[in-house]
This record gives sequence, structure tokens and C-alpha cells, in this order.
Amino acid sequence: MNIKDVENLANLARLELSMEEKQQILSDMGGILEYVKQIAEVEVEDSKSSLSLHNAWREDELKTRDFSRDLILEQFPQSQDGFLKVKKIL
Amino acid sequence: MIDLKSLTIEKAHASLKNKEFTAVELAQAYLKVIEEKNPEINAYLEVYDDVLEQAEIADKKFADGSATLMTGIPTAIKDNILIKSRIVSAGSKILGNYRAAYDATAIKYLKGVGAVFLGRTNMDEFAMGSSTQTSAYGVTKNPVDLSRVPGGSSGGSAAALASNMALAALGTETCGSVREPSAFCGLVGLKPTYGAVSREGIIAMGNSLDQVSPFGKCVRDTEIIFNLTSKYDEEDSTSVPESLRITQSKINSKKIGVPWHLFKEGVDRDVLENFKESIEKLKKLGYEIVDIELPHAKYSLAAYYIIMPAEVSTNLSRFDGIRYGHSAKGVDLMEVYKKSRGEGFGREARRRIILGTYVLSHGYYDAYYNKAVKIREKIKEEVMEVLQKVDYILTPTVPITAFKLGEKMDDPVAMYLCDIFSAPANLSGVPSLALPSGLSKEGLPFSIQFMASHFREDLLFEVGKEFEKAK
Repeated sequence: MNIKDVENLANLARLELSMEEKQQILSDMGGILEYVKQIAEVEVEDSKSSLSLHNAWREDELKTRDFSRDLILEQFPQSQDGFLKVKKIL
Repeated sequence: MIDLKSLTIEKAHASLKNKEFTAVELAQAYLKVIEEKNPEINAYLEVYDDVLEQAEIADKKFADGSATLMTGIPTAIKDNILIKSRIVSAGSKILGNYRAAYDATAIKYLKGVGAVFLGRTNMDEFAMGSSTQTSAYGVTKNPVDLSRVPGGSSGGSAAALASNMALAALGTETCGSVREPSAFCGLVGLKPTYGAVSREGIIAMGNSLDQVSPFGKCVRDTEIIFNLTSKYDEEDSTSVPESLRITQSKINSKKIGVPWHLFKEGVDRDVLENFKESIEKLKKLGYEIVDIELPHAKYSLAAYYIIMPAEVSTNLSRFDGIRYGHSAKGVDLMEVYKKSRGEGFGREARRRIILGTYVLSHGYYDAYYNKAVKIREKIKEEVMEVLQKVDYILTPTVPITAFKLGEKMDDPVAMYLCDIFSAPANLSGVPSLALPSGLSKEGLPFSIQFMASHFREDLLFEVGKEFEKAK
């Protein structure tokens, strides 16, 4: 990995990092990847698990839920007439 | 003067029922200890302003006869469990002012019986850590030795319980975040079967791993909280329906499997010695110790440190400065995202988000993430197979005892290795119980940890109670 890689990843992750922070992450990544790459030596076939999966989907019916709409609206950093205000997207 | 040190949930309940003290008096006693000790220990980030009102509600339940075991019990709640209208910050600046719009399901159960929430406890930021040193709100100190860490990420809850600043405490586990601090602070810690306790209202770190996990001063206390909260929740799609809470375990044998091959190196000598002494105690209690092999378990931590960051990078993408939390000013949407997140997340969080983004990215997805998922399946298979032959798998909880504040901060991997014995249970979903097993020459707690088959928490409680009586 190099600094350009860290910058690309930071961009994908929508993180603004100072040059010092990028250098730090680069050196941290080195150590961590060194540790986790031991999985490359392991040979595994796909699991022979006989467990079945359970479908947890529910019907598309309106259900009431207990939450505070007011608390949600109060916490919008910017709002107008009860709508969340965001920067231009298009 | 109530003797808080000797209290357990059942003892407190009996005293409340017999009117030896009221729930208000009990809460006041804990508030007093918090006032004395919390400034130094920093277990609590916030003590709630309505503790006595909550206690009054509990007293009414004793008056009308509807009180149950957790009624009036002063409880510490980790800062990533939602309590409606309360600030819940996950130890992070990005949620420093975030107020929960609803109660976590686990909180609903506790509220329903009139438990008393004393306040929210410190944690590693977004549960990322094993020492409660990455919180944006300061470190928490280990009450057993104030120069040492309490463990993490649920260090605040552990420290609160261990210093009599609470009688019960909730944490969460993604990989050892309750068992490891239990070990460092001399407490019991239970990680339930994945899917046993609802994750609704828990700030997610790793969806396939997270579980609400209780601490306890004794095994029975963790059992009480587990029984109250271990129920199917249709709001959580990973919650297991009651009819499916069947176990693969077909035996009841009093056999304990020990994977000695995993301790060949990396475990402190005094930890290993205490582990062997604990085994002798278990033999005297009539348990048979069996050598077992878990060939792929040694890759648990590596697999975890690929899968978890991947899930983290997805889960933390919702913190974008748009709907709640820290929101930075920017000229355009991208700048709002990048600045809010760059400013709001601490170093460990940023590190893991970047790592997760990397292992999921084009060209690396197969080599890292997919491989780790396959290894995880293998580890789970091996654990389940072994638990067909023995009732339990036993290991030390942590390879070391509580280390000094400031240690391991420069080497991420050294910190991650604290959870090397925790990982198999989180990866495979089986329940696991950490038990205090003695004290070192320096007075630091030792701990051993049992795993059992899915939904066999009853076996854990059984062996745990026998072991704690034998001490």
C-alpha cells in the first residue's frame, strides 16, 4: 500500500484526513495487513454445513413502531418546514 | 448504611421485598459512590438526572406486589444502547449530541420491570478497542488498580460494577468486549448465543457479531439479566424465533474440552498456571477434561479483523452529518460528508473504516473478505463438531492480566491480540461465559472462559455456579 491508496480509500469512505493522518494510517495498515494475511495460507473449500437458513422477511404491511418523530426532526442539522435540508445533489 | 459490596441482584431483591431499604435508598447509596469514585475512574459519561424518579416507580411496584428480580436494581448502561430521549454517543464525538428516538428492545424489558438506569458508561469509540482508551471522552481506569486499564470496549460498565457504582451492568460484545473487561476487573461476563438477545437499538458495529451482554458480580446475576432479555424480537431480523432455538448439542456429559494447542505460546506464565489450577478444581467437581483440537481456531482473530472492519465500514457510513450528529459546514455535499466524518471519528475508527474499505474493494474482496468468511464457516463447523463430543470448550479468557494505561497504544496488533481467545465464540455464534478464577501476586484478576453449544446458556450457568462455589 502507498499514500495514493490511502487517499483513494479515504475518498471512497468519505473521510477527510490530514497528510499526517494519512501517513499514520499507512503505517498502521502495514502492521495489520501483515497480521491478517496469514489467512492466505489456509485452504478452505466451501462449507459443508447442513444448517438450513430461515427466511426472516415479513409481509409488506404497515406496522406501528414506537419512536419519537419530534426527536428525529429536532436533530436535523438543517431543516425547513419539517423537511431535512441538504446540499444540492444533482 | 447498605453494604453494597455484598449485594447481588437476589439479595437486593429480598431486602427490597422485606423493606430493609427502599429502591430510592438503594439508588441514593449508589449515587453517593458514583459521586465519590467516578471523577477518578471515569466509568460514567453521564449520570441521569431522574434516577430517584425511576426508583420511585420501582418502589410502587414493590408496594403493589408486581415487583420482579430486576425491579429497582441500579444498572449501568453502555453508551451504545439506546434509551429514548437520552444522549447516546458510542464514545464518539460524531454522536456527541445525538438523542435516541426510541428504546433498545433490551432497554424496554428492563424499563418494563422497573430497573433503575443510573447512567451511560464509557466505551472505546464505536466499540473499537480492548481497553476503553479510544473513547473521545477520556479513558476509564480499572478500579482494582487505577494505573491499569479495565479492558474494553465495555470498560465503563465493568469499572462501574467492579467499584460498586452499580449493581448490574450491560455491555455489548462484538469480539470479547464484555468477557475481556470481566477478566481484567474480576467480574462474570456472558456473551449470549448470537441471535438470542435483540440487537434492535444497539449502535451497530458488526451486525453478524454484536450481542448485548451482561456483566455480573456472580453467575446468577448474568443469568437473571439474560433470562429477562433473551427473547425473539421481530424488529431484529437476526433475532432467532423461539421455535428455532434448538441446539445441535445432543449430550449432557460433564466433559470439558481444552484446546491446549492454542496456548503453546503467547499466554503469560501466571495466567497459564492459574488456568491449570482451575482445571484441577473442575476435576474435583466431577468434570472430565478432554484434549480437543480446533485446527482453524488460530485464524480466528485474523478472520475477525477482516470481517469486522468490512461490516464497520458499512455500518459507520450512516454517520454523515446529514440527519443527526456532528455536521460540518462545506461548500458541497461531498465536503459535508468528508469534513463531518474526518472531524467526528477518532483514530481507531478511521483506521478500521479504511481497513474495511480496503478488504471490500475491487481486487482484494476475494483474497481478504471472501476468504475470511470461508474460514469463519470452518471455525464454526469445528466448534460445533467438538461440542457434539464435549459439553464445554475451556480456555483462559485473555492471555494476559490487566495492562497499564498507555500500553499497546502504539501497536494496533498487540492490542488486538487481547481478544485472541474471545474470537471463536463471536465468529461461531456460540454462547460464552467468563469467570473470575483467582488473583495474581500483584492482586490482578485471572479469568477462565467456557463456551457451550448454541442456546445452551443453561450449561454455562450450571458449571459457572459450581466453579464459583468451589473457590
